[in-house]
Amino acid sequence: MKRFLLAWGLCIATGAALAQSGAAPSGALGGGLRGPTPLDVETRPPLLPKPVNDDQRKPRAYPAQPPVIPHQTDNYQIDLRFNKCMSCHGRDRVGESQAPMVSVTHYLDREGNMRQEISPRRYFCTQCHVPQTEVRVPVKNEFTDFYKVPAESAKPAAKGARK
Amino acid sequence: MMRRLAGFARHAWSVVSRPSVYFSLGFLVVGGFIAGIVFWGAFNTALEATNTEVFCTSCHEMHDNVFQELKATIHYTNRSGVRATCPDCHVPHNWTDKIARKMQASKEVWGKIFGSINTRDKFLAKRRELAEHEWARLKANNSLECRNCHNFESMDFTRQSERAQAQHSTALARGEKTCIDCHKGIAHRLPEMGRVAER
Repeated sequence: MKRFLLAWGLCIATGAALAQSGAAPSGALGGGLRGPTPLDVETRPPLLPKPVNDDQRKPRAYPAQPPVIPHQTDNYQIDLRFNKCMSCHGRDRVGESQAPMVSVTHYLDREGNMRQEISPRRYFCTQCHVPQTEVRVPVKNEFTDFYKVPAESAKPAAKGARK
Repeated sequence: MMRRLAGFARHAWSVVSRPSVYFSLGFLVVGGFIAGIVFWGAFNTALEATNTEVFCTSCHEMHDNVFQELKATIHYTNRSGVRATCPDCHVPHNWTDKIARKMQASKEVWGKIFGSINTRDKFLAKRRELAEHEWARLKANNSLECRNCHNFESMDFTRQSERAQAQHSTALARGEKTCIDCHKGIAHRLPEMGRVAER
């Protein structure tokens, strides 16, 4: 055991030494979030992006995607005592608020029993549902919607799956 | 003891009920006037001193619980730096209402002396009751303390989000609802709400 540890330690040490000797100048690390700022200098944080607050429902990118929140949720209280989201999205509140009701799946507990109130395991809305901001992403998202995949490229994969 | 006290009261009354022997009427009138001004000034200064955030948060009950919660909200920190202090929302600005509220607040002095919310747990246990008092007050006076700053006539719906427009131009405009009906918990965390939560 001791010998193994020693060998492991040596490996790390040499690795670190190699990395240090071959370190590229910080500017060459590419853009990313830091931009051309050297590693030993703090970047100037970007301005806080503007929250999307237009109340227009956004399409889901895939069927099981938790819908994103199309409004501001600053200082919404979601804790042991109170869930602000449910004061509009709760079952008995949507008539007045005209907000979409939380999905019925949120009323099922883990045994599959339908409950009166939202299930504790689905209680913390912002674990899955997030508000959006108007921001220029530093890394482009290459996700393609299932419907937008060209038919030719989708076909062979489907055939392969059937075999 | 009682007899001596009664004797003193009788003597005092005989002095007060007879005309002054040594002081002129002019002195008494002008002197009384000046004394009145001094008294009123002192009274008002003392009253205003209890109407400041520094005074409110000098008790740990207020400082450690509700004041900390306020700090994260828009009524404490925002873009333009205009802010509301404790008395802006919790003490009526109108004089008679203010005095009435201040007399009610003697209950709070009692609570302070006997430590009715002197720990976090005691505060949390009593929080619903305390909150209900404030909701009831704001409901009864049509959210007067909100409206001291947020004037309905000056609201530009076109500058509001669609959701806010929809609510403010209907239920609020018709007077069916008042600010506090929807904006509970705007400046502090809410207690355990049960079904009121959603009201």
